[in-house]
Amino acid sequence: MSISSLPAEGTAHASAPPVTVHEERQRQSRLSLAMVSPSVAVLLIWMAVPLAMTIYFSLIRYNLLYPGDNDFVGLENYYFFLTDEGFTAGMTNTLLLVCSVLLISVVVGVLIAVLVDTSFWGRGIVRVLLISPFFIMPTVSALVWKNLLLHPVSGVFAAVWRFFGAEPIDWFATYPMEAIILIVSWQWVPFAVLLLMTAMQSLDQEQKDAARLDGAGPVAIFWHITLPHLARPIAVVVMIETIFLLSIFAEIFTTTGGGPGYETTNLAYLIYSQALLQFDVGLASAGGLVAVLLANIAAFILIRMIGKNLTDKG
Amino acid sequence: MSDLTIRNLKKSFDDTHIIKGIDLDIKDHEFVVFVGPSGCGKSTLLRLIAGLEEVTSGSIQLDERDITDVAPAKRDLAMVFQSYALYPHMTVRKNMSFALDLAGIDKAEIQRKVEDAAKVLELGPLLERKPKALSGGQRQRVAIGRSIVRNPKIFLFDEPLSNLDAALRVLMRLELARLHKELNATMIYVTHDQVEAMTLADKVVVLNAGRVEQVGSPLELYHHPVNQFVAGFIGTPKMAFLKGTVKAVSNAGVTVALDCGPHYQLPHQSTSLKPGDDITFGIRPENIEVVGADQSPFKVRLDVTEHLGADTYCYIKLANGEMMTVRAPGDFMADYGQNAGLLPDLSQAHLFDASGKTIPRPRTPAQAA
Amino acid sequence: MLTLKQGRQLQTVLLGTLAWLVALTIFFPIFWMILTSFKTEIDAFATPPQLFFTPTLENYLHIDARSDYFHFAWNSVVVSFGSTLLGMLLAVPAAYSMAFFETKRTKSTLLWMLSTKMLPPVGVLVPIYLIFKDFGLLDTKFGLVLIYTLINLPIMVWMVYTYFKEIPKDILEAARLDGATALQEIYRVLLPISKGGLASTVLLSLILSWNEAFWSLNLTASSAAPLTALVASYSSPEGLFWAKLSAVSTLACAPILIFGWLSQKQLVRGLSFGAVK
Repeated sequence: MSISSLPAEGTAHASAPPVTVHEERQRQSRLSLAMVSPSVAVLLIWMAVPLAMTIYFSLIRYNLLYPGDNDFVGLENYYFFLTDEGFTAGMTNTLLLVCSVLLISVVVGVLIAVLVDTSFWGRGIVRVLLISPFFIMPTVSALVWKNLLLHPVSGVFAAVWRFFGAEPIDWFATYPMEAIILIVSWQWVPFAVLLLMTAMQSLDQEQKDAARLDGAGPVAIFWHITLPHLARPIAVVVMIETIFLLSIFAEIFTTTGGGPGYETTNLAYLIYSQALLQFDVGLASAGGLVAVLLANIAAFILIRMIGKNLTDKG
Repeated sequence: MSDLTIRNLKKSFDDTHIIKGIDLDIKDHEFVVFVGPSGCGKSTLLRLIAGLEEVTSGSIQLDERDITDVAPAKRDLAMVFQSYALYPHMTVRKNMSFALDLAGIDKAEIQRKVEDAAKVLELGPLLERKPKALSGGQRQRVAIGRSIVRNPKIFLFDEPLSNLDAALRVLMRLELARLHKELNATMIYVTHDQVEAMTLADKVVVLNAGRVEQVGSPLELYHHPVNQFVAGFIGTPKMAFLKGTVKAVSNAGVTVALDCGPHYQLPHQSTSLKPGDDITFGIRPENIEVVGADQSPFKVRLDVTEHLGADTYCYIKLANGEMMTVRAPGDFMADYGQNAGLLPDLSQAHLFDASGKTIPRPRTPAQAA
Repeated sequence: MLTLKQGRQLQTVLLGTLAWLVALTIFFPIFWMILTSFKTEIDAFATPPQLFFTPTLENYLHIDARSDYFHFAWNSVVVSFGSTLLGMLLAVPAAYSMAFFETKRTKSTLLWMLSTKMLPPVGVLVPIYLIFKDFGLLDTKFGLVLIYTLINLPIMVWMVYTYFKEIPKDILEAARLDGATALQEIYRVLLPISKGGLASTVLLSLILSWNEAFWSLNLTASSAAPLTALVASYSSPEGLFWAKLSAVSTLACAPILIFGWLSQKQLVRGLSFGAVK
């Protein structure tokens, strides 16, 4: 053939190409190490350094209002933190908040996902409306709920209550925790809907058809086909939401400020108030470690549950 | 010139030995097909030749040049992947010119080469399209075009037709054969489909469990398989294997008693067999005639028969559980469960000893070629 | 008795209506916020709440009146884009390396990265606050960029990783046979192929950074405070300007809401660490 052959030895390349298969492999493995290291390094520092400092601070007396007085106090901070009346409240409220919101978002999320899986007019718009709250920043949703919806005088809820002849409720005074749960659920149900809606689309239609031929009604199909299919996405929803719900902060910060009393103080808010309002770094650090411990227990269980699934799929 | 010489090539992944020592000579202009069941190492062997896998030991030479450890792009080889591996974000033209572009070849030259290749493959009108706008067969041609422009010493094909439907596969098979003649190039082709191997190859390499079982022309493999594995792998429907025992060995040949009944005297010559040895009698479906039950000592009950038009396949399950297929004429009629007799053409029969090795049989003048 | 077809139709109508009702209920707070942003302060505070009123653009025209809106918005933009850019620079090479040169450690590295997301921010609030104070990073945009990069990095690595994983290895091998060096392979083949996936990763990072409201409330005061902090400042008693609050909130949420709508499909993958596609 007249077409000339490509040069056999690399001459045209600007950067000298690797010469042998072996060298190329070596170069690749070095390059790949160099590429992954920065991310690993910064995350390692991000995890280790502050954590080490937290541990150290938790063992000394350290209040920003009394500088220089930094004696080693052993586990005293832990003792004070764990016996503080705020701790019991914070712990209870954290668990209450996480569990309620998880339960609400999974149950409501599954129902909505199944509902919008049928085809009807304007389904695309309905989907968009349903997931919208998830994209609203936490401080905005907290304030909109507090002022525009739940306000005892001018709120929409008050108007509805009056319409039915009931006495409007001052939500943040009477049912503060319920109000917070309502706001946070409003933000996180859409997340569950978003994931579960997508997961529903991969449900095998033939499986449903087969079940229908076998005489299964809608309820039986839901229990025996849909729900098992959603088990994994539900586990993912639980895992991701737990991560975020353990650290709910802005919603409390902008609405109740943890009150009345400790009624809406969760661990995150408690530690914040000890560190940045009362300047007791030692005590806050002890609290921080308790929070880390709690998160780790949850994480351990959750990663055990579904972490393997994540990488197997990847 | 492009002669490829492979010597004692081995490849292991961790402790798994995939290629267990292969010697092979591939001559200029040859169309060589690697065939074997899945997991036999044929794709790995191709990837070793391409340089996509690191050789564990042994050597690969291309025209006196040792390329065992040369980077893939520097080997003067081009490969067509099973998935075609087209760059989805590039037009057909860019797909074909990418390698030349990387090599820093002059634009006008690239243009000319791409147009030339497009003409050979009738891709001209598709040059500005993206791969996703092409049909399976067109993608396949682009993948081949990408190889052609590089004017490699050897073309490598990794199961290139397996993603096409049956009709298109036949068409592309013909096109590949034509291309091989037109380019007069050396091609190495991997497939698990023995029909592709038989129809395309000048030389077939049958691989099994990381070793070469036999190398030869398609007809050589068909008529003179060196062992039971090759005999069973080449030819469709499969050769029937019937167990038996050696009764007598003489200059006239071997007498065997089959477990399913009949005794046959075969012209095979053996010095190693002795009476009482276990033996396997092999006979291809096309070398058996179905006759009335009283006309043959080999009596069977016919199972399902399949009419293909030109031929009829009769499936038979023998009393001792052995299965076999017979190819009868197209208008052959039989009822399910009907009794019949079989007449094997003994000059075309094969014998394998207990280890599966072929007992050679005399070559007819036509087969000896 | 209804025929099968009529039954189907009735069911569709009923379920559709129910779905619309649920969707409108869930969307109502956002709708109400947008509506209020077009009211005068007096209408906004009216009892009972007004559904019909004379709309005004006053709140938008004087968006800067109570607070320096554009200052905060600019901070949000800089911090979100800055952290997204930095995050992508770190995440893309890491994901590339893990997706295409898998080693025995790859899976555990990925899971470990995910586990850093499990660290509750309050656990490290104190030291981060003190470190920021010592390095003069408190109330700086750069400080927030650093934090956001770190908290979003695991998600970004995961997301890009799952996109890269879907690219057939054959294509990269073909590029290598075509003579591409590692860098050419990335710039001329890999990145162009995965630009859709990279774009949705960028969107997710922007959304998460834009809405982040723990570190922004704790580490900024005014000069670097983003919109989340501006909105939070309306919670104080003197901030009962509901119409203005609504206008500010609407503007703060609109871009992200639109981003979210546009990329809902791809976001699922990122938000679920690739477990739901």
